[in-house]
Amino acid sequence: MTAREASICGRAAIVGIGETAYAKHGGLRGRTEIELCMEAICKAAEDAGVPLDEVDGFTSYGFERHEPVVIQAALGIPELRYASLVWGGGGGGCAAAVMNAALAVATGQCRHAVAYRSICQGQYERYGQFRQRPLWGSFISPFGLMSPAQMTALTFRRHMFLYGTNREHLAEVALTFRENAQRNSRAVTFGKPLDRETYFAGRPIADPFHLYDCCLETDGACAVLVTSEERSRDLRQKPVRILAAAQASGPGWSLGPMGTHNMPMDDYATINSRVVARIVFEQAGLTPADIDVAQIYDAFTGLIPMALEDYGFCERGGSGDFIAAGNLRFATGALPCNTAGGLLSEAYLHGLNLVVEGARQIRGTSTSQVENARTCLVTSGGGGGHKSALILGH
Amino acid sequence: MSYLPEGTPVPSPGPDDAPFWDACDRQELRIQCCADCGTFRHPPIPVCAACRSTKSTWARTSGTGTVFSYTVAHHPTHPALHGAPPYNIAVIHLDGAGDVRLVSNVVDVPPDEMRIGMRVIVVWDAIGDGHFLPRFRREDGP
Repeated sequence: MTAREASICGRAAIVGIGETAYAKHGGLRGRTEIELCMEAICKAAEDAGVPLDEVDGFTSYGFERHEPVVIQAALGIPELRYASLVWGGGGGGCAAAVMNAALAVATGQCRHAVAYRSICQGQYERYGQFRQRPLWGSFISPFGLMSPAQMTALTFRRHMFLYGTNREHLAEVALTFRENAQRNSRAVTFGKPLDRETYFAGRPIADPFHLYDCCLETDGACAVLVTSEERSRDLRQKPVRILAAAQASGPGWSLGPMGTHNMPMDDYATINSRVVARIVFEQAGLTPADIDVAQIYDAFTGLIPMALEDYGFCERGGSGDFIAAGNLRFATGALPCNTAGGLLSEAYLHGLNLVVEGARQIRGTSTSQVENARTCLVTSGGGGGHKSALILGH
Repeated sequence: MSYLPEGTPVPSPGPDDAPFWDACDRQELRIQCCADCGTFRHPPIPVCAACRSTKSTWARTSGTGTVFSYTVAHHPTHPALHGAPPYNIAVIHLDGAGDVRLVSNVVDVPPDEMRIGMRVIVVWDAIGDGHFLPRFRREDGP
């Protein structure tokens, strides 16, 4: 049996997507995070045409505050058969949560599993502020290294030093994604186009990152309902098949930029996704050239060039030229990217909204629909520990 | 005066990293080193990734190194830091300790003069109660 035959490839599908309204942090006053969480889950089940009583699996990833048993009880769901939380903080697990849902339904551990993420930064903490680190905080916080923007700025600064990437490349990323968000009325920045002058005038946050290099702070929730390939055929929506799903970390990465920055010398200016990239392409039997559209984790613009290199869309050090050539643009680029606006311009739901948009592209219902999109790569966060990715398709 | 204001979080050593901070309080920069194969490692952890030995020593370093990467923080991310930015955060690749890097600050270099490759040497920044943080200054500085 080949690696592909033994893998999850084609054995599960996303059949339902659910989203609440997305708003700037504090923008959904009067609604609580768990309320948003349950709304997204219910909408995903409704979209799939699956009775809520038949949803018996729940998955999420680090930083999620609402446990499956609490949601099960709140929604009066009779039986819970599968619940899992992916290790690590923030977005490293957004694709892995969907992978866990896929593994559970493909092996019969449960019938339908919902992967979900809810964030109410208005009700709880803001991620851009100091937070106690569970490990090695003593080696970073006393030196004023506290926010993901600062942590990622350090790795991307090294990328600039090694390869000559610059703010022009970051501007192209920010403006491209904002442009996509102008076609997406769900986006927090819908109706707020961004021009070059405004981008370059953005106040500095953590050099080289300025305001428009940093993702939004959002209140909202989203969810995807995953079921087995067999069950997916009889449901309301065209199934979005999971062609690959993996979670991986390269040697010695540990917590990477969220830790003490002692990643292997040669991997420092990466997002630790070369291993996960190899695995998903192997599972799906595809190469980067086969990817029609991509949703790449963009908590900061600088993650995009490093991701493009890790996933093999260009050579190491070649991402600046790749981006400058307009390859990420909708309609004209070779690899339209973050077609709903991404975390920079749609909403910051730790990447699960990238999975939702990936599903839309395969359904053919994106507001920036790539013609005949047959494959969509969805990637996880660029910061912390392990990374995960999906390839969605027909 | 310390590089960052009073109220900035301070180290809270545990069993694995106490020898590092105890050495700092003596103004010695010591890095954990495998007693069997000699590989340096940081942050402190009870096993060597190269040979899996659990025996280690704490080797004193010269305190010199090179700026491996840096950022300039312009936005206060902690209540104690209001008024502190802009300040730099630097990853220092230490001399004579393998690949080990420390997250720290270069105390005497203005934001627009920070450069990767800059040579630096440790300075001991008093943070009260007899504790010191390893920060750095330009090696060829005053």
